[in-house]
Amino acid sequence: MSARRIAVVSAGLSNPSSTRMLADRLATATIAELAASDVAATVDIVELRDLAHDITNNLLTGFAPPALESAINSVVSADALIAVTPIFSTSYSGLFKSFIDVLDPDALTGMPVLLGANAGTARHSLAIDYAIRPIFAYLHAAPVSTGVFAASSDWGSKADDVAPLSSRVERGARELAAAIIARSPATDADPFDPATYLGGGDSFGHLLGGLAGE
Amino acid sequence: MKRMPRRPGRRTDVTENTSWPGMQFGIFTVSDITADPTTGHTPSEAEKIRAAVTIAKHAEDVGLDVFAIGEHHNPPFWSSSPTTTLAYIAAQTERLILSTATTLITTNDPVKLAEDYAMLQHLSGGRVDLIMGRGNTGPVYPWFGKDIRQGLPLAIENYALLHKLWREDVVDWEGKFRTPLQGFTSTPRPLDGVAPFVWHGSIRTPEIAEQAAYYGDGFFANNIFWPKEHYQRLIDLYRQRFAHYGHGTPEQAIVGLGGQVFMSANSQDAVRQFRPYFDNAPVYGHGPSLEDFSEMTPLTVGSPQQVIDRYAAMRETFGDYQRQLFLIDHAGLPLKTVLEQLDILGGEVVPVLRKELAEGRGADVPDAPTHAARVRAAYGDGPAREARPRANRGDNLSGPSPYQDTPAAAGAAFGVGAGR
Repeated sequence: MSARRIAVVSAGLSNPSSTRMLADRLATATIAELAASDVAATVDIVELRDLAHDITNNLLTGFAPPALESAINSVVSADALIAVTPIFSTSYSGLFKSFIDVLDPDALTGMPVLLGANAGTARHSLAIDYAIRPIFAYLHAAPVSTGVFAASSDWGSKADDVAPLSSRVERGARELAAAIIARSPATDADPFDPATYLGGGDSFGHLLGGLAGE
Repeated sequence: MKRMPRRPGRRTDVTENTSWPGMQFGIFTVSDITADPTTGHTPSEAEKIRAAVTIAKHAEDVGLDVFAIGEHHNPPFWSSSPTTTLAYIAAQTERLILSTATTLITTNDPVKLAEDYAMLQHLSGGRVDLIMGRGNTGPVYPWFGKDIRQGLPLAIENYALLHKLWREDVVDWEGKFRTPLQGFTSTPRPLDGVAPFVWHGSIRTPEIAEQAAYYGDGFFANNIFWPKEHYQRLIDLYRQRFAHYGHGTPEQAIVGLGGQVFMSANSQDAVRQFRPYFDNAPVYGHGPSLEDFSEMTPLTVGSPQQVIDRYAAMRETFGDYQRQLFLIDHAGLPLKTVLEQLDILGGEVVPVLRKELAEGRGADVPDAPTHAARVRAAYGDGPAREARPRANRGDNLSGPSPYQDTPAAAGAAFGVGAGR
C-alpha cells in the first residue's frame, strides 16, 4: 500500500509557535502509531501565518493565489487532517476560520481529523468541543473523539501530571491512526471527470432527467 | 455598409462583420454604477444608461464586432431589461452584434426569453446572440420565486425548454419549475427559422460545459477575476464533450473568452491612471495589488503592445477560439476614458490581434457564429423559412401547424450545421 498522507494545519501567529509545537507532536505521534501497524505515512505542514495575505485575498477575490492553492490541494486530498489553532477570545483564531472558509464546503467530507488547540491556561480547554468540533461536524468531516488541548503550563513545570500532555497526544494519535487505517486511501475524484459530475450517467441526458427522452 | 432591407422571398441579408470572419472582438459591460474614485462623482442611472448607448455605438465606429450587456435586478446595477437596451442600440447601429453577459437562465421564464430574444433577433436583422449564466446575486432567486440551491437544475431545465421553443412551432412541455405548456407557440418564430446562437457561460461548473457540448452550443469563459487556468479546465472539458456528442472535433467547438484591459501609449501612464479604479473596484478592490492581480489573472494594464502580446497568446492556453470580449467600462471609469480605451482597442489592438490570430489558425477551426452563416448552414442556397401564421383557429392543438409554410430544414437547426 502506498504511503498515507497527513495534512497538518497550524494556525499559530508567532514564530516559534506553541501551536506549531503541538501540531508537530500530534503529527509525530500519529506517524509512530501508523508505523507500529506497518503503515507508512508522510506529513504536509500548512503554516497559515505564511498564507495570511493570500487567505484574505482569496476571501476578497474568490480565488486562491498559487501558494494557497497548493496548500488547499494538499489538505483536501490528504488521508487525514491534524488541525491546530490557538484559542483567541474563547474560540478558534480568525485566521483558522478564514482558511476553513476558503475551502470547498464538501472538501473535507468523511476525512478523519484530529483537533488540537492551545491557549494560556487550561480554563480554555473545552473550546475544542464547543467551538472547533461543530465546524467539522458541519463540514461532514470525521473528527476523532479526543481533542488535544495544550495550556502554556503543559510545556513546563506546572503541567498536568495526572493526564500529561504526552499521554493525551498519544491517545489522540492512536485514534487518528486507527481511523486512517480503517479507511481506504484517499482517491482524488476529479470534479471535471464526467463520471463525477454526471452522477454515474454517461450523458447530459442523465442530468436532463426525462426531459431529453433518454 | 448599409444593412440591406428585408425583401420577400430573400433571406435576411446581414453584413459580415469583418473581412476575417474567424473571430469577433467586442466589449462586455456589467452595468455597475460606481463612484469615480478620483472625483467622488457617482453618475445617475440616466447618465450611465445614455453612456452605455454611446459606448456601444462607439464600439461599432471603431470597428469592433460585439457589444454584450449583463442582467442585474438590484442597485448599483441598471441593466434589468437587456432586450430593451439592445434593441435601442440595434436601431442605431449597422453591423454590431448585440449579446448578453449574461442572461439569467435560472430566474427568467424561458418562455419570455424565447419571445424577447426572438423579437430582438427580428428587429436587429439577426444581430443577436446570448450568453446564458446563473447570476451571482443570491437574493435574485427568491425575488423571482426560485431557490438558489436549485440553480443548476433550473439552468438545465429552463434551457431545455428555451431550446425547444425556438425549434418547434408547437410545444407540449412539463417540467419541475414552470407551469406546463400544452400546444404553446412562442412568437415570433426565430428570424429565418434559425434560433439565436447561444453561448453558455460558467466559471466553475462542469455541468454547464457539458450542457454547451451536448447542444453543440458555444461556451464562454469570462476569463476575468481568476487565473486563466481555472477556465482552461472547463474549456478543455467542453471541447472534449463537444466531440463526444458528435458535433465535430474538439478544435471545432465554439469558444468565447472575456478579458480585461486598460491601455495607454506608455505603460507607466496606464498603471498610474488605472490604479485608483483598480484599488477601489467593486469585485477585487482592497484585495491583491494591481501588479499581483495582473500577474495572476488576464487583467492587462499597459501599452497596446502589452495587451496584444498577452491576448494573442490566449490561444496557447485555450486553443483557437471565436470571440474575445473585453471589460473596459466598470469600476467608475468615466465615459470619456472608456471612449478613449475603445479608440485604442479598435484602432491599435484589435486589428493586430485579428492579423496575428488569423495566422497559424487550424484549418478546421470554425468561424465565429453569425446569423448569416447559420442561415447558410441550415438552408444552403435554398430559401430561408418565413413563418406565416394561418388564420387563428383559437387553438394549436388540432390540425396541422399553426403556420402555413412547411418548416424547412428543421433538422439542420440542430447539431453540426447549426453551430457554425
